[in-house]
Amino acid sequence: MQPFTAVTGIVAPLDRANVDTDSICPAQFLKRIERTGYADTLFHSWRLLPDGSPNPAFELNAPRYQGASILVTGRNFGCGSSREHAVWALHDHGYRAIIALGFAEIFHKNCFENGLCPVHLPEERVAEIMARAKSTPGYRLTVDLERCEVSDGQGIRLPFVTHLDPKTHAFRRHCLLKGLDEIGLTLQHEDKIVAYERRRGDSVVNVL
Amino acid sequence: MPPKTLFEKIWDAHVVHHEPGQDAILYVDLHLVHEVTSPQAFDGLRLSGRKVRRPDLTVVTVDHNVPTSDRSLPIADEISRRQIEAMQRNAREFGLPFYDITSPDQGIVHIIGPQLGYTQPGMVIVCGDSHTSTHGAFGAIAIGVGTSQVEHVLAAQCLAQAQLKTMELRVNGALPRGVAAKDLILGIIGRIGVDGARGYAVEYTGAAIRALSMEGRMTVCNMSIEAGARIGMIAPDETTFQYLNGRRYAPKGAAWDQALARWRRLPSDPGAVYDRLVEIDATNMEPYVTWGTNPGMVAPVTGKVPTLASFDSATEREAVGRALEYMALKPGTPIREIALDRVFIGSCTNSRIEDLRAAAAVAKGQRVNPKVYAMVVPGSTAIKLQAEAEGLDRIFKEAGFDWREAGCSMCLGMNPDILKPGERCAATSNRNFEGRQGKGGRTHLVSPPMAAAAAIAGHFVDIRDWK
Repeated sequence: MQPFTAVTGIVAPLDRANVDTDSICPAQFLKRIERTGYADTLFHSWRLLPDGSPNPAFELNAPRYQGASILVTGRNFGCGSSREHAVWALHDHGYRAIIALGFAEIFHKNCFENGLCPVHLPEERVAEIMARAKSTPGYRLTVDLERCEVSDGQGIRLPFVTHLDPKTHAFRRHCLLKGLDEIGLTLQHEDKIVAYERRRGDSVVNVL
Repeated sequence: MPPKTLFEKIWDAHVVHHEPGQDAILYVDLHLVHEVTSPQAFDGLRLSGRKVRRPDLTVVTVDHNVPTSDRSLPIADEISRRQIEAMQRNAREFGLPFYDITSPDQGIVHIIGPQLGYTQPGMVIVCGDSHTSTHGAFGAIAIGVGTSQVEHVLAAQCLAQAQLKTMELRVNGALPRGVAAKDLILGIIGRIGVDGARGYAVEYTGAAIRALSMEGRMTVCNMSIEAGARIGMIAPDETTFQYLNGRRYAPKGAAWDQALARWRRLPSDPGAVYDRLVEIDATNMEPYVTWGTNPGMVAPVTGKVPTLASFDSATEREAVGRALEYMALKPGTPIREIALDRVFIGSCTNSRIEDLRAAAAVAKGQRVNPKVYAMVVPGSTAIKLQAEAEGLDRIFKEAGFDWREAGCSMCLGMNPDILKPGERCAATSNRNFEGRQGKGGRTHLVSPPMAAAAAIAGHFVDIRDWK
């Protein structure tokens, strides 16, 4: 798993709720069998006109947001399909942190698996960052996971969590900072898995 | 012992290890695998020198990307063909049970699991697909995951999962005549919203749920993810047991009796506590049609496309405005006046034999409107063969429907079955997201009888008025 410690960069505002993973990475790009190379698939139908040229009406196509590494967005980001390709597309495109009013669960988990830092902040704070990203050309933030702090050097200094449950936040933060191999973590408990399998039996599901 | 919910009983029975403050490590009884979300996971195994821990608890098929045209022909799309070949190679290399494209048991992964009797009460089931919640209809914890977790389950047969809250979604009363399971779940999502159940494992209870067939229960659990819940489940009962009895991989003989005794202990204990209760009245449910670009944007077929003024917040008005622009709909338009170019009957939501029978009953002796191209895609090859044995294919074909081979097809537009930009489709699938069925395509979600009636009329009709 790729570690994430901190990122400083341009903030791109996508002021929409319920952005689904079909919009983040459309199905026609899921036929590939590789794990990288999804940068150009990101927001494909929104970013590009049918002739393949950039869509001037799509907010993130504005020159000032090019090279952004932090996305700020609305409720329930990443809803719908479980496709991890959505996270790969965001990461390959250069995003390292997503500030949202909420994340769909499967997407949220996929972020941790790929070194993309999900940032939960109170609603009014997200609104403030959204407003600054829209009104201040070149607006930049630092998302620092060591300190669990979002800051802009212009008065914004906010503590954040990666998960709304404090214990899960602490555990996921630790895994993300270290880039821990989750499969390796689970397999450390090989003795317990074997013991469970013995109790469980071969094919019978031993419930209760 | 304190009373436990269905969810808690299954969860507790599957905890291999739970370090306080960390994710629980749950044992997985059944891992379903398909071609789209697994190739990178198998590559990961190879890179780290890991094997599939339990090939015997793994089931593989190809569904998302397979063409639904003549199976004897080679796959024309080279990238699709490479992905299917990768699945064939991986299944062979790791020694996994595999229902390939030409197998009589091939089909949508969420259709064949139950159909072959793999899906059973009390299990923890994982698949790299958000509609894994379908299997919860049997009283199982069935969780959709991403590719990294697919690799995790392949390697360890375990899932690392944070604790979830529980929601009882109690559906009181009886569904009115002409209102299908699909309408019930669309009605629920319309009320609680597309993230209304996020963070919860939802258990559907109540008289209306008990009255549903297994097919109907699967339709309801399938779309739990459309309300934000990764897990939807229904306690097993005689309907469940009757469905399972005799299926190929269901327990037999003495093992069946033992399984039944275990399964009967699964339903929530009296007094078991859920974190949240939501009550829904089935008696005022209607046939629904989605008008927007997420499944919560839904109206009764007797209703109208909403006006922006009917929404409270500026955010909602903006989202609705954008959705109506994409859908090319004018606020105030009666739903029944929306004309269609395409009709799709299929998907893991509504492509089971009961769905095809219900659609065929509407289509019998009728003709598809000349302006509409309508297709029927059975959920599995076995369902296709059963429908053909019952003569349903003849009813559809005589009415002018295109009768196809099994797969996910136009639910997600990965194979050649896609909408052209601007085309409007009535679909029995689960998502009406922008571009879901093809770039620029416009999707309205409905039940199978509503889809069949719309194909014939050329616009939406109230199935309760169908002659």
